[in-house]
Amino acid sequence: MSRTLRPLLNPVLRHRMLWPVVILAALLLLNLFFTNGFFKVEMKDGHLYGSLIDIVRFGAPLILVSLGMTLVIATCGIDLSVGSIVAISGALACLWISELGDQNSIGGVLTAVALGLGLSVALGAWNGFLVAGIGIQPIIATLILMVAGRGVAQLITDGQIITVNSSPYKLIGGGYWLTLPFGIIIVIAVLALTAFLTRRLALGLLIESVGGNAEASRLAGIRSRGVLMMVYAFCGLCAGIAGLMISSNVSSADGNNAGLWIELDAILAVVIGGTSLAGGRFSLGGTVLGALIIQTLTTTIYSIGVPPETTLLFKALVVTIVCLLQSPAFREKAFRRRRRPAAAASASAEEEAGEERVGVSA
Amino acid sequence: MLRRIRALKSISALVLAGAVAFTMAGCGSSDGSAGSSGSGGSGGSSDGKIVMGFSQVGAESGWRTANTKSVQESAQEAGIELKFSDAQQKQENQIKAIRSYIQQKVDVIAFSPVVESGWDTVLKEAKNANIPVILTDRAVDSQDTSLYKTFLGSDFVEEGRKAGQWLVEEYKDSTDPVNIVQLEGTTGSAPANDRKAGFQEVISADSKFKIIASQTGDFTRAKGKEVMEAFLKSNPDIDVLYAHNDDMGLGAIEAIEGAGKVPGKDIKIITVDAVRDGMQALADGKINYIVECSPLLGPQLMDLAKKVVNGEQVPTRVVTEETTFTQEQAKEALPNRKY
Amino acid sequence: MTAPAPILRMTGIGKQFPGVKALDGVDFRLLPGEVHALMGENGAGKSTLIKVLTGVYDIDAGEIELAGRKVAFAGPQAAQRAGISTVYQEVNLCTNLSVAENIFIGREPRRLGRIQWRRMRQRAAELLARLEIDIDVSAPLSSYSLAIQQMVAIARALDIEARVLILDEPTSSLDAGEVAQLFRVMRRLKEQGIAILFVSHFLDQIYEISDRMTILRNGRLVGEHLTSELSQIELVGKMIGRELADLERLGAKPAAESSESSAGKPVPLLEARELGRTGAIEPFTLTIHEGEVVGLAGLLGSGRTEIARLLFGADHAGTGSLRIGGEQVSLRTPRAAVSRKIAFCSENRRAEGLIPDLTVRENIILALQAARGWTRPIPRRRQDELVDKYIKALSIRPPDPDQLVKNLSGGNQQKVLLARWLILEPRLLILDEPTRGIDVGAKAEIQRLVAELSDGGMAVLFISAELEEVLRLSHRVGVLRDRRLVAQLENGDDLTTDTLTETIASGARS
Ligand SMILES: Nc1ncnc2c1ncn2[C@@H]1O[C@H](COP(=O)(O)OP(=O)(O)OP(=O)(O)O)[C@@H](O)[C@H]1O
Ligand SMILES: [Mg+2]
Repeated sequence: MSRTLRPLLNPVLRHRMLWPVVILAALLLLNLFFTNGFFKVEMKDGHLYGSLIDIVRFGAPLILVSLGMTLVIATCGIDLSVGSIVAISGALACLWISELGDQNSIGGVLTAVALGLGLSVALGAWNGFLVAGIGIQPIIATLILMVAGRGVAQLITDGQIITVNSSPYKLIGGGYWLTLPFGIIIVIAVLALTAFLTRRLALGLLIESVGGNAEASRLAGIRSRGVLMMVYAFCGLCAGIAGLMISSNVSSADGNNAGLWIELDAILAVVIGGTSLAGGRFSLGGTVLGALIIQTLTTTIYSIGVPPETTLLFKALVVTIVCLLQSPAFREKAFRRRRRPAAAASASAEEEAGEERVGVSA
Repeated sequence: MLRRIRALKSISALVLAGAVAFTMAGCGSSDGSAGSSGSGGSGGSSDGKIVMGFSQVGAESGWRTANTKSVQESAQEAGIELKFSDAQQKQENQIKAIRSYIQQKVDVIAFSPVVESGWDTVLKEAKNANIPVILTDRAVDSQDTSLYKTFLGSDFVEEGRKAGQWLVEEYKDSTDPVNIVQLEGTTGSAPANDRKAGFQEVISADSKFKIIASQTGDFTRAKGKEVMEAFLKSNPDIDVLYAHNDDMGLGAIEAIEGAGKVPGKDIKIITVDAVRDGMQALADGKINYIVECSPLLGPQLMDLAKKVVNGEQVPTRVVTEETTFTQEQAKEALPNRKY
Repeated sequence: MTAPAPILRMTGIGKQFPGVKALDGVDFRLLPGEVHALMGENGAGKSTLIKVLTGVYDIDAGEIELAGRKVAFAGPQAAQRAGISTVYQEVNLCTNLSVAENIFIGREPRRLGRIQWRRMRQRAAELLARLEIDIDVSAPLSSYSLAIQQMVAIARALDIEARVLILDEPTSSLDAGEVAQLFRVMRRLKEQGIAILFVSHFLDQIYEISDRMTILRNGRLVGEHLTSELSQIELVGKMIGRELADLERLGAKPAAESSESSAGKPVPLLEARELGRTGAIEPFTLTIHEGEVVGLAGLLGSGRTEIARLLFGADHAGTGSLRIGGEQVSLRTPRAAVSRKIAFCSENRRAEGLIPDLTVRENIILALQAARGWTRPIPRRRQDELVDKYIKALSIRPPDPDQLVKNLSGGNQQKVLLARWLILEPRLLILDEPTRGIDVGAKAEIQRLVAELSDGGMAVLFISAELEEVLRLSHRVGVLRDRRLVAQLENGDDLTTDTLTETIASGARS
C-alpha cells in the first residue's frame, strides 16, 4: 500500500462493519455463479421481484427479532423467549381469525393483530419484570418463557396447525404495497422507529449506559428498571410482529415450529453486527447486516445445492469465519505473529511504525 | 475479566438450553415439546377385560393428537381397558410409566418410543414379568428382538416407493426428461431418510427422472415455502415437486403461486401424510397425489393386543393400513376425515 | 554515587494511538535498588510507558532491554515471569472473588494439583500484615473500600518474586498512614536491590520516597534528574512546561472565608438528623447551608463515603430523618436525589462512575440526560456547548468529545466524571476524592472551581484523604472516626492539619 493512500483508506479498513460487508458481498457474488440474473430486480404485475428482494423479504422476521434482541443484548441481557413469542403471537392471531364469521373482515383482522401484538408486549414485559423487578439473570428469566411459551402456543392451537384464509391477514407477510413486499415495509418502519427512539431520542444512550456499567448508571440517576422493562417489552413486540409475519406468510399458525431456534439466529445476527454480548455499545445497522448475512447464507445453500447433510457444517464454517474476522483479538493475534519477525529484523523505527499500521488495518 | 466470564457462562447455558429443548422427529411433522399428561388408573385385570398400558410420546403435533385419539377410541370399542400416559417427549417418563404398568400387572404394554435406544433393561423387566410388549409408530434398536412381540407402524420406505410409482405411471407415455425437486424432512430423521430412499429406488429405474434439487424444509410450511422459492429462482423448469409431508407441500404451493405458476398443473405435486389441509389442497387440484401416513393405528393395535394376550403368533413387523389418494379420491374422502 | 548498570533500559520508545501520539522517542532507565518517580501531567504518557513495557501494548518504535537483554513481552503474564511485577493504575481485580483468591489468582499454592485453600488464606493474611492491614481475607473483595482494594493489589505485586516493581499511582486513594506503611515496605525492597518505578501526583510523596525522577510532557521526554537536585518549583515547571504563574495560585488560599457570612443564617439546604445505617455509619447529625463547603476528614474506612452515599440515596438510611430545603424527604434512589439537585461524584470512577465504552461527550451529559428522561434529548448544539465548556474548564485531554472514555488517561477520566456532575448545576455537590489521580495544575484548577461554585451559592460536601486540601476549601470540617462523626470544627486560623490529625486520632469532640 502506498504511503499516500494509507491515511485515506485507514478509516475504511478500520471500520468495524468492514468484514460483515465483505462477507455479505462475497456470498452475494457466489450466488451470481449459480443463479442467472441473481442481481436482477424486475417489475412483475407492479411488484418488485428478484432474488435480492427475496432475501430481505424472507429475512424480515429475523431482522425484526434481531432488532429487539440488539437492545436487550446492549443492556447486558439476552432474550431466549423470542421464538416462543413468535409462535404465540401467530397462533393467537390465527385462532382469532379462524373463528371470525368473515375471515376477510378488516376489523376482525386488525383485532387479531392487536391481540397478538398486545400479548407479545405483555410477555416481553413479563421478561422485563423478572429481570429488572425480581433480579433473575436474564438467561434464566427468559428461559422460563422459552420453554413454557411453546406449551402456551400449543395450547392456543390445540396442537394442530391452524389454517386461515384471510386476504387482509395475508398482506402482512405475503402481500405487496407500493410495489414492495409488505414485510420489507414493516421492517423499514420498525427500523426507523427503533433508530428514532434510540438515536434521536436518548433511549440509546441510557441503554448503552445501563449495559456498559449498571451501578454507575444507577448512581447517575438512570431509572434502569424502567429502561430494562421497556427494552424487553420492545423485544417482545418485535418478536410478535415477526410472528404475525411468519404465520401470515403461510396463512397458518404452527405452534410447534414457528420461530423455532430463531433466538439463536438472532443472537448470532447481533454478534455478527458487532454488538458485544457483554453489553454496552450497540449497532442497529450492524444487526440488520448480520441478519442479512444469515439469510443470504440460507438462500445460498439452497441455490448452490449444498446437500442437506452438510448444510449445518457449511453454515457453521461461514459463521466461524465471520466471527473470527469480526474479533479484534483474533485479528490482533493473526497479524501480530506476522509482524513480530518483521519488526525485529527492521532497524528503522519509521519502518516499524508503518508495519504496524498495515498490520492492524489489513 | 468478570464480564468475559459472565458472557461465557451465558453461552454455555444457551447451549444447554438448546440441548434440553432438542427433540426428535416422528411420522409426519417434526416435534416440539410439552403437552398434557394422561391418567394412570389402578389395579390389574379384574373382570376378565384385557388391560393395556399405553405410553404415548407426547402431544407435539396434529398427527400425534389424532394418533392418541385413535388409540383411545378403538380401545373403548374393542372393550379393552386402557391405561394411558403421556411421556412429554422424555424417555425417563416413559420408562417410569412402563415400570408402573409392570407393577400394576397389566396384560399388555404398548408404547411409541421417544428415542430409539436405551430400552433393553425395562423391556427385560417386562419380559420377566411375562407381559408382552408392542411397539407402535417408532422402532427401538434392541439387538434382542424377543424383547417385544411386534412393531406396528408405517413403512416410510414403502411410502416413498408409492410416491415414486405414481410418478412413473403418470409419465409413462412421455420420453422427455422430468425435472424433480424434493423437499426433505428434518435432516437425519427416519421418515426423511426412508421416504427419500424409497422414492429414489423407484424412479432410478428410468433415467428420464432427474432430481435437480433437494433440500430440507424441516417438515414445516414456512421452510417449505422459502426453499421452494429458492428452487424456483435457480431452476427455471421444474416439472414435479415431491415433498416429504403435506405441510411443506402446502408452503411450496404458495411459493409456486407467488411465482405466477399453477400448482398441480405447471408443477405436479406429490406429498406424504394426508392431513386435512393437504387433502383439501388435493381436492382443490393443487396437489396431485398424496401417500397416506396414517396415525389411525388404534384398531390394528387392539387386534394385535388381543392376539398377543391370547398367545397367538403375530408377525414381528406389522405395517399400518395405509392408502393413497388421487384428486378424485380426496373429494370423496374429505367429508369424513378425522384429522 | 556511581551508578550500577541499569536493570531496565528503554530507548526511543514510540507509541501511537489513533489520533494521539502517546509516546514519542522516550528514553528511560531504571537502576537496581532505586525508587524512580515517573512524573508528568495527566495524559503525559506515564501509564502508557508502563503498559508498553509490560506488553499490554506493542511499541511502534524503540527497544526495551531487561538486564542487558532485548525483550518484547507478549503480555503482562510474560513480563511477570521475567520478574516485572506491576500494579496498574486502574486496579484490575475480580471483586466477586475473595481477597485471598485475588492475591493468588493464577498462581495458587498447590499440592498434588489441588489448591491449598488454608495455606492460601494464611499467606494472604501475612502479606497484608506486612502492609499493616488486618482484614478477613476470605470475604469477597467487593465488600472492602477502594483503598483496601488498592492495598490488595499492592500485596499481590509484592508477593511476586520480582526484580522490578512498578506502582502506577498506588497512593491515590490511600491515607497518610497507609502511605507511610507502603513506603516502609518500599524502602525495605529497595535495600534488597529491587528497582521500583513509582507514579504519583503527590509531590510530597515523591520527594519523600524517590531517588531519581524522569519527567514526561505530551509523550516526550523532558529530562531525568536526581530528586535531591531538583526543587518542587522546578519540577512543576518542567511538567507543565510553563513558568511559575500557575504555582502561585496553588499557594494562595482560594476565596474560602469570603462567603462565611452567607453560611448558617437562612434555612439550611440540607439537614440530616440522627441519620444512620447499621454496619455502615452510626447516626449522625449534619447541616449544610447554601454556599457552604463542608469537609469530611477521617481515616480509611471511618465512614466518609458512607455518609455521602446516605445523603445521595445510594444506600438507604436505617434511622433518622433528612430535610432538604426544609422539606422532609426520604431518598430511596440516587434518581430522587438528582431530581432534588444533589450530585455525588464517587471516589470509585471505574466501578461507580464512568461508562468506559461511551464517549467523553456521552459520559458528561449522562446525568443531565437521565434527569431529563429519555424522551427529551439534549439538543446537539447544547451538548456541544456544555461539553466544550467543561473540556476547557477542566482541561480534559485530548480535548476530543468523541474519544472513548476508556482511552483517556486516569486523571482525565476523573475530570470527565467531575464534569458530569458540574453540568447539572446542583444545589449540593458531594465530592468524594474528586482530585484522585489529578495532576498538580489541574488540582489547583478544580479547587478554584469548587471555591467559585460555592461563592455562587452551591453547597459542597468535600471528602478527601488530603487534609491540606480539605482545610484549604472548607468552611467547616466534620471529623470521622470508627464510623462515627465525632466532631465538627469551624475552619478558622487555629485549625491546621496538625490539630485535625490530632482530632482524628483522639476522637475528641471540641
Ligand atoms: N487505548 C488508548 N487509545 C487511545 N488513546 C490512548 C489509549 N491509552 C492512552 N491513550 C492516550 O495516550 C495519552 C497518554 O495516556 P496515559 O494514560 O499514559 O497518561 P498518564 O500520564 O498515565 O496520565 P494520568 O496521570 O492521568 O494517569 C493520553 O492522551 C491518552 O488519552
Ligand atoms: Mg496514568
